[in-house]
Amino acid sequence: MTSAAATATAPELVRRKPPRQVRRRRFLVAVANHSILIAAGIMFLLPFIFITLTALMSNDQALSARLWPHPFEWRNFVDVFTKAPFFTWIGNTLEYSILATIGVVVSSVPVAYAFAKLRWRGRDAVFIVVLVALMLPPQVTVVPLYVMWAKFHPFGFNFIGTLWPVIIPNWFGDAFSIFLLRQFFLTIPDEYLDAARVDGCGEVRILTTVVTRLAKPAIAAVALFSFLYTFNDFFLPLLYTGENSGHWVLSIGLSEFRSLHQVQWNLTMAATLLVMAPVIVVFFLAQKAFVEGVTLTGVKG
Amino acid sequence: MSQGTVAGEGFPAAALTVDRRRARRRAAWRRRGLVLLFMSPWLVGFGVFFGYPLVMSAYLSFNHYDLLAPPRWVGWANYHYLFHEDPQVWTAVKNTIWLILVLVPLQVLFAFGLAVMLTRARMGVGVFRTVFYLPALAPPVAATLGFVYILNPVTGPVNVILGHLGIQGPLWFQDPHWSKPSLVGLGLWGVGTVMVIFLAAVLDVPKQLYESAELDGAGGWARMRWVTLPTISPVLLFAVILGVIQGLQYFTQAYVAAGVAAGQASQAADVTSVSLGYPLDSTLFYPVLLYEHGFTDFQMGYASAMAMLLLGVSFCVTLVIIVNSRKWVHYGGAAK
Repeated sequence: MTSAAATATAPELVRRKPPRQVRRRRFLVAVANHSILIAAGIMFLLPFIFITLTALMSNDQALSARLWPHPFEWRNFVDVFTKAPFFTWIGNTLEYSILATIGVVVSSVPVAYAFAKLRWRGRDAVFIVVLVALMLPPQVTVVPLYVMWAKFHPFGFNFIGTLWPVIIPNWFGDAFSIFLLRQFFLTIPDEYLDAARVDGCGEVRILTTVVTRLAKPAIAAVALFSFLYTFNDFFLPLLYTGENSGHWVLSIGLSEFRSLHQVQWNLTMAATLLVMAPVIVVFFLAQKAFVEGVTLTGVKG
Repeated sequence: MSQGTVAGEGFPAAALTVDRRRARRRAAWRRRGLVLLFMSPWLVGFGVFFGYPLVMSAYLSFNHYDLLAPPRWVGWANYHYLFHEDPQVWTAVKNTIWLILVLVPLQVLFAFGLAVMLTRARMGVGVFRTVFYLPALAPPVAATLGFVYILNPVTGPVNVILGHLGIQGPLWFQDPHWSKPSLVGLGLWGVGTVMVIFLAAVLDVPKQLYESAELDGAGGWARMRWVTLPTISPVLLFAVILGVIQGLQYFTQAYVAAGVAAGQASQAADVTSVSLGYPLDSTLFYPVLLYEHGFTDFQMGYASAMAMLLLGVSFCVTLVIIVNSRKWVHYGGAAK
């Protein structure tokens, strides 16, 4: 910001204390910078604040131009559970999240290991195929997949209307998780693995003991992202369970909430807040793994 | 791998070459089996949930298929209808292009601005970073619902506050001219992920580069233009292409916003195919139209043709990524 002036006056090696004028300018720039940050921060927080305030209003207040709830209706958070099958939605969401997350971790770790630490012909070409699969929109394959599940009736079991068509593909390696884990495995020095090999350790045991222990942060990040993804997922559950409300997950239930309850914005906002809460709690519990995961996949790409 | 060489040293005499060769071959097969074993989840998944549907999609796009009667071959009819007759396709394509052209540059600029200001902040960096990142975490359905309420033309807080300031706020999600800008606002609110990536990139710029630029007399602006921007340009490119890819599959926010806004207007509040694209097809994006044809009208053949077009476009974008990826992979490796 002010360095041009500083270097012009200080050609010698010892740095002088910058003159008062420069220091004042630096201070003002810092103040301006922080003011903009604070203003932006308030803008980012305002929607959360408005949602929370509305969630605490009575229905009449929510439909008026009032911004501050008076009186506070804490009951709304209870009413959400009695007026809508919220517990069913939570149960379905947990079923999807847990089964998918376990499947993603268990199936992606060995694949990522094969990409990062085993040498075989065509490895890099196959890895590019994984990347391509990661980039293509899910809409490209949804139609035949839907047809496939619709025509598949083992023992008369009908998959359409259940969450299984959304859960099962996660048991066969997830492209994003393979990518993230591979990036991390590449940073593990080969010497560790060679040491284990010299000690007579087979590749399977190396994977289940050495690598999984070293890669804990990456596996945690994968599990977190998988939880987040499934918790937020809307398009695919909507396709398969849209007509069968008994199998709705939270995101679908929330999107239909207003039609179930005729324009009650206060309850809708209470429900919205309840759906946001777990994600935000998880974030604060695992902030480090989050940011690490984002940068690992974003920059170290 | 080291395994083979370690085992090979144990043999005493040259007479055993045949055995040794056999053992080596066996080891090679075992290694191949191992790779196959480790790769098997992905191989099966890729075949069943990606390769097969891709081929089927191409096949179905030449058929009339409604899930009930068996597919009937119609040749290029679906594509002809797609390119020449479907009254909504052009609207959907235009909306999608609009969204990508407006949202992606704004997101990149906004995220970059926030990241740069964060690197210069002296206090509360962690707090600001968390605040900017939180909205990106909010489930899309919840975030969209919140925005539709906040931007309610009559009772929403934004228009109430604008009213106190003497400004007549727009109708936001109820107005075909404002519905897409409202979605852009929603997208900018969720810019946190991109910002975190940029922040890491800006912090990764080697300090020596700044110092030598400073010695050459470069001011703040010049350092930004000639040091920061070129160094993190691979990450910027990555963000742009990622944004385009996300723009091509933009669905949830448009679907929920249109449904809720339409329900709000009619008071009947029901998300049906009537509400898709509300108001006046202004939020009808390509994936939304694909959903309508495929999963409310069950024209599986035609929806497959739409999917093939989407495949072509996304494949080109992906190709650009892969071709350019060498740059940003290299940079990432050099920094750590």
